[in-house]
Amino acid sequence: MTERSPVLVIVAILIVLWYLAAILMNAPLVRDAFERNETKYTVSELIAGTLEAERPIVPAPHQVVVQLFDSVFDYPPDSPRSLLYHSWVTLSATLVGFAIGAVFGILLAVTIVHVRTLEKSLLPWVICSQMVPILAIAPIVIVVLGAIGIRGLLPKSIISAYLCFFPVTIGMVKGLSSPDPIQLDLMRTWSANKLQVFWKLRWPSSIPFLFTSLKVSVTISLVGAIVGELPTGAQAGIGARLLTGSYYGQTVQIWAALFAAAIMAASLVALIDLTGRWTERRMGAPT
Amino acid sequence: MASGSLPKISVRPLEPIRPVEKATGGSGAAAQALTVDARDVSLTFHTRDGEVEALSNVSLQISDGDFVSFIGPSGCGKTTLLRIIADLQRPSSGTILINGVTPEQARLGRHYGYIFQAPALYPWRTIERNVALPLEIMGFDTQERRERVERYLKLVNLSGFERKFPWQLSGGMQQRASIARALSFDPELLLMDEPFGALDEIVRDHLNEQLLRLWDQTGKTVVFVTHSIPEAVFLSTKIVVMSPRPGRIIDIIPCDFPRDRTLEIRETPEFMKIAQRVRSGLRSGHSYDE
Repeated sequence: MTERSPVLVIVAILIVLWYLAAILMNAPLVRDAFERNETKYTVSELIAGTLEAERPIVPAPHQVVVQLFDSVFDYPPDSPRSLLYHSWVTLSATLVGFAIGAVFGILLAVTIVHVRTLEKSLLPWVICSQMVPILAIAPIVIVVLGAIGIRGLLPKSIISAYLCFFPVTIGMVKGLSSPDPIQLDLMRTWSANKLQVFWKLRWPSSIPFLFTSLKVSVTISLVGAIVGELPTGAQAGIGARLLTGSYYGQTVQIWAALFAAAIMAASLVALIDLTGRWTERRMGAPT
Repeated sequence: MASGSLPKISVRPLEPIRPVEKATGGSGAAAQALTVDARDVSLTFHTRDGEVEALSNVSLQISDGDFVSFIGPSGCGKTTLLRIIADLQRPSSGTILINGVTPEQARLGRHYGYIFQAPALYPWRTIERNVALPLEIMGFDTQERRERVERYLKLVNLSGFERKFPWQLSGGMQQRASIARALSFDPELLLMDEPFGALDEIVRDHLNEQLLRLWDQTGKTVVFVTHSIPEAVFLSTKIVVMSPRPGRIIDIIPCDFPRDRTLEIRETPEFMKIAQRVRSGLRSGHSYDE
């Protein structure tokens, strides 16, 4: 319990700051409304107004929570008004994109580690690929793939994979090169072939690096999926909720969608973290 | 083996050309089969600060069943010479034969087991799976692997630790496991690069005794790199004293205590005499200059 208390204190402080921000940011809005109607108002009425505004600049925490709750539980999960439905649309694209990106990232790293010249010749292009603003590329990818009949989940997954393979490649190049020179020399004294060196030494050595880069990569792949949803005309997904929210000034809806995305990201990272710990324990790591 | 003896014969006539060594400790054993036969081996490293002569015209014969120690200060090329024997490094010039074949053929034929200063056990493998690793690579079947792991862990007194991970063992035990690993595929030659250098003196004495017993029981040839004069004199049948800049052999000292020697011989005058000769060899090679 004592370990958790600092965390709880920080959360409490953040919530208080959030409320303060909501009051300060929304106050002019509420004051204007009162003055337009020429009604008198007290300070407490003003504050109450800032926390209950329908389209606030900064929604209060409880508004976001209520919106999150309502949009999850008030509709059946397959209804387009349910946040669960939209979250699942985004999550499925994220998972497919993450899988493609991780596998591609690992394969790229394996190639780079085994063909040393590629580290100098290919890696700069890999880095360049990440400097292209994805927001500009995404519509092109969606339109081009749509024109050849690929719609729905896959184009979003490709954008997500394009973003998330990068940390996996960088991490795995490092991880696959991490064995001690002595361990590599030993393999040589046993005349092990490249495949044996890979499966019995390089791959197991890279496991801690793998899980670290997967954790970074999965959050990026969620962002990629959301970005991929923006140019599709806001059909479905967290991205669509963000877009419609901003069309109609539904700030509470935007914030609720953001929180849904944050909860998904945190759960995915936690899941990978747990898998990583379990794997490393199986591989004899001291507990 | 018949094909292996061919190149040895062709090399023989070269012998008188360059008698580099002052003492030819190996000459008495000429009738015996040679495990290592190095002639005029040189190795120059090209570094950013210019060329470094790691080894200069080293000639050395090691007979079957010998326990040979390389001793000298750091930079004298003792580890380099060991790595050349193991085909972890190629000489710039000169010839070297291991059991009558080139180091590369010897490596591919799994003629030797190499033990490094660090145990270098794979941390994700249990002790038994670490010892089994070279066997897996060399394609021994499961039954054979199990038997060998059991046999060699027993030989280094590690029975009962099969399922432990390396971090659960002390440094000395880890190094014993790495010796079992090097022995597991039964090579004729053991190459040991300061294997006990990182251990404290008490553990080291104990392991030295165990190593001698193991050498006596298995009849293997051992090439042993060390910094320690008492260790070299206690273990060896032949001590190779080396000196840096350029790395070269300055003395080869025969050391014929009985094979089943014990730590007590370190108090005898003969032991002191040989240790003295090693020390004066090191001094003549300017090893104490710095």
